[in-house]
Amino acid sequence: MPALLQAATDFQTIARQAGQLIMPEAILTLFACAALILDVMLPRNRKRVVAWVCLAGIGASLVSLGILYFNISSREAARTGFFDMIIIDNYAVVFKLMFLIGAALSILLSIKYLDTEGEQRGEYYALILFSVTGMMFMASGVDLLTLFISLELMAISVYILVGFLKRDQRSNEAAMKYFLLGAFSSGVLLYGISLVYGLTGTTNLAKIAAALPTVASANYNLLGTPADMRYLVLLSMILMAAGMFFKVAAVPFHMWAPDAYEGAPTSITAFMSVAVKAASFAMFGRLFLYGLPDLRGALEGDPANNIAGLPGWALLLGIVAAITMVWGNLAALIQNNTKRLLAYSSISHAGFTLLGLIAGNQTGYTAFIIYLFIYTLMNLGVFGCIIALRRRGIAGDRMEDFNGLVRKAPWLTVMMTIFLLSLGGIPPTAGFVGKLYLFMGLIETGNPWLVRLAILAVLMSAVSLYYYIRFIRAMYIEPESEPQPLSLSRPLQTALAVAVLLVMLIGVYPQPLIRLTQKAATSQGLKTYVYEEKPAATDSTDQPGAVPLPPTPPRR
Amino acid sequence: MVPLSWYLGLSALLFTIGAMGVFIKRNTITIFLCIELMLNGVNLTLVALSGFFGDVSGQLFVFMVIAVAAAEAAVGLAIIISIFRNRESLNVDDADTLKL
Repeated sequence: MPALLQAATDFQTIARQAGQLIMPEAILTLFACAALILDVMLPRNRKRVVAWVCLAGIGASLVSLGILYFNISSREAARTGFFDMIIIDNYAVVFKLMFLIGAALSILLSIKYLDTEGEQRGEYYALILFSVTGMMFMASGVDLLTLFISLELMAISVYILVGFLKRDQRSNEAAMKYFLLGAFSSGVLLYGISLVYGLTGTTNLAKIAAALPTVASANYNLLGTPADMRYLVLLSMILMAAGMFFKVAAVPFHMWAPDAYEGAPTSITAFMSVAVKAASFAMFGRLFLYGLPDLRGALEGDPANNIAGLPGWALLLGIVAAITMVWGNLAALIQNNTKRLLAYSSISHAGFTLLGLIAGNQTGYTAFIIYLFIYTLMNLGVFGCIIALRRRGIAGDRMEDFNGLVRKAPWLTVMMTIFLLSLGGIPPTAGFVGKLYLFMGLIETGNPWLVRLAILAVLMSAVSLYYYIRFIRAMYIEPESEPQPLSLSRPLQTALAVAVLLVMLIGVYPQPLIRLTQKAATSQGLKTYVYEEKPAATDSTDQPGAVPLPPTPPRR
Repeated sequence: MVPLSWYLGLSALLFTIGAMGVFIKRNTITIFLCIELMLNGVNLTLVALSGFFGDVSGQLFVFMVIAVAAAEAAVGLAIIISIFRNRESLNVDDADTLKL
């Protein structure tokens, strides 16, 4: 009996301590449930109230996240909870802040838009909150189980949101394509996870990271017989990477993105292109930087037994990032639907973001987080401007709808210009800071292949300016083709103003954000990597197809 | 006692059949069933490995996968019904409104 009492008090302490850790998510869940109930009670023309309730929920969640942040920064250590299933460190906090800002701005963008579409319903806002809850756990999960469930919580909510315009064929079709490919990619990711579980016998990322170097050595001792498990390790890594590439829409797994982005309600396109993508990247970082850090460089072979070395995930990510940047930008050049164009642009931005993971140094990780943060603000801004063009009878998603906008809505045009320049990476906007850090991270490594990758990224960034300037040309030079005036709602104006202020502020005074993200990039357990140049490796890098990353032991 | 490798082989086979079906089949429901087949291949792997290690976390994972698959089925079938109402076709080749 005393043992039982002891267990009960232990459980209470654990519950109290762990309860603090998931307070922001718990608040969001409660508010989402409250929104669902409130939705049933409100009359049809008062559904907007639910939106404000959900915004209040996001505000409360932000406050509790702030308390949590001061809590961990005063202890100067990350806190783990629920039997090492989740971790609250600076990395998690910064990403959660990003998701909450993204969700709040998306809700502000949606209020008037849903009225225009005639689909003002409470569950829309509740689903956004549920998906944000999933995202927040994706950023703090350090167990494959937590990561998988939170990924699905996010994905399933977003499948519904994409198909939210039930009577619109395009929305239906987008939801179907997103759902089928999303479920397929979950299956692929899951198979990779099951193989990793088979190789290491655990689902905890830290334990996996500890076990993998032994399993991935060329002469692994499998139950008394030497075995080369490296191919299986690589297969599971590739399957997980493929699943994640689907989620972040990297080429060659990007084909769902243009369709889903074009067909979805524009406010959800905005939400998907920032929050869902950032959450997928957060999980990508958790999986690959916490779980598989030792697979980054080459897997060493055994020259004595004539076993060749195998390339690690840095090579895979490098190739994918390169083709993603090239394909995304080239395909965006020929689009005429603005939502589809921005879908391809967001694909190319996914390629840019991957560069931060590839660089593997402190600057690279900082760039990875800061770029996603800035991308959230500027992309939401651009989609906000597209939503502003949606009026009764005008879809507002063709390039011609921007014609002569400067004469109809000068302020909107100025804001759109700032967002576009920021997406293109022109100073003094925030996008410049993000791109600068990405390229700096790559160049700091000193690896010739990564420097070439940085040069390719700069070139592609220049190509992207072409299609961003197309918008600017349409807005300033083309004559007005549509006389119907715009009417911007107050929430939309607020969201746009907040986004534009933050984009400009980060552009001229980025230090606070940089300090915050640098803290996140130095979080416990994020392993950095040094690409050392061996004298022997320099000849081999000149050959086409040579393994570009010489094997070096990882360093903290 | 069936050796572990048989289970792993069978689950890899199930997964591959499912993945092939997603690419070959044209009916939305069949594609969805193929995805479920992939997930069940994964479940078999996890259960077999869990029994092999004598560790429950694999079996826990299977419960979660089954629950998630059920939720996914609910949402997926709802989406498929709504598309069928508007279009009266389940063939994915007919879903071509969103194209360049």
